[in-house]
Amino acid sequence: MDWEFTGDRPIWQQIIDQLTLRILKGEYAPGERLPGVRELAAQAGVNPNTMQRAMAQLEADGLATGSRTSGRTVTRDAAVIEAAAKARARAAVLQCLRILGELGYTPEDAYVFIKEELNHE
Amino acid sequence: MNDTLVTCTALSKRYGMKQALRGVDLELGRGRIVGLLGPNGSGKTTLIKILTGLLQPSEGAVLVDGQNIGPYTKSIISYLPDRMYFADWMKATDLFDLFADFYPDFDRVRAMGMCASLGVTPSDRLKSMSKGTKEKVQLVLVMARKAQLYLLDEPIAGVDPAARDFILSTILTNYNEDGTVLISTHLISDIEKVLDEAIFLKEGQITLHDTVDGIREREGKSVDALFREVFRAHNFEGGAF
Repeated sequence: MDWEFTGDRPIWQQIIDQLTLRILKGEYAPGERLPGVRELAAQAGVNPNTMQRAMAQLEADGLATGSRTSGRTVTRDAAVIEAAAKARARAAVLQCLRILGELGYTPEDAYVFIKEELNHE
Repeated sequence: MNDTLVTCTALSKRYGMKQALRGVDLELGRGRIVGLLGPNGSGKTTLIKILTGLLQPSEGAVLVDGQNIGPYTKSIISYLPDRMYFADWMKATDLFDLFADFYPDFDRVRAMGMCASLGVTPSDRLKSMSKGTKEKVQLVLVMARKAQLYLLDEPIAGVDPAARDFILSTILTNYNEDGTVLISTHLISDIEKVLDEAIFLKEGQITLHDTVDGIREREGKSVDALFREVFRAHNFEGGAF
């Protein structure tokens, strides 16, 4: 899987987003050992210090556990992963509402749009 | 070992009437990858050459690992100049011999490994190599040393974009972790994500020195975008012909 970075936000935050997504999608399964900081940094083409910062935050978020020396593993705590997935889902909804708001639609309109889309399927 | 690897104090350099550096104060820590960014003629190469001892400052002081520039600092600095200085009848392996003689920290096994991964045949003569391949050989020589300070003057200017990524990953995976890498370039978008810190050099003065993520957080834009803004050339308004 490729890494992509945009110019508007700090790179370490974008790394957290992308690593979190991989964990939520199960690309890194619960209990699986994560690649080392140097290896991930080389994969993403970023500075190891930047990757280290992102991994430390992933640990603070509870999604990864372990230490720098023994390597990190994905958490086995299903509640933590589910909470992260819900947070991501809410962020996606908020983003959707913000875009519709810029177009002049209300949240009620958004609700109608979603229902219409679901009926189409 | 000092925490601060490089200290420049009120550093100035004049070439006759031309002032290349004006009062540069700079501190660099260890284990950092730092971009020295500025347009042509902003003083990047002058600053690097002063750190190597190839140029004497007109005013001010420089310390590397707490020492004045001299044999000791030269032994811990690995320098990639902005142009090739080797005789073209030499093979890359001849250069490895030369570097192994000069620098105890040169790792020939590592150099051969890097050649293999960069697709360079070390037994070829320099004269038969393309410009980009020669640049790769120079980079191998410089990165195969376990130095404390790597000074890379425009390491990616002469190679195609695909080779650039390769060169950057070579730098990322080969630098000594306690060492600091100072990379001068004006090709910022290619290099931005590998940097810890960025230094903007404008007309011989440092106008900005911050972490890359700090700049992105504060400005809400990439270092590349900020650079284009700060160094925007004024259009020549001479009118139409």
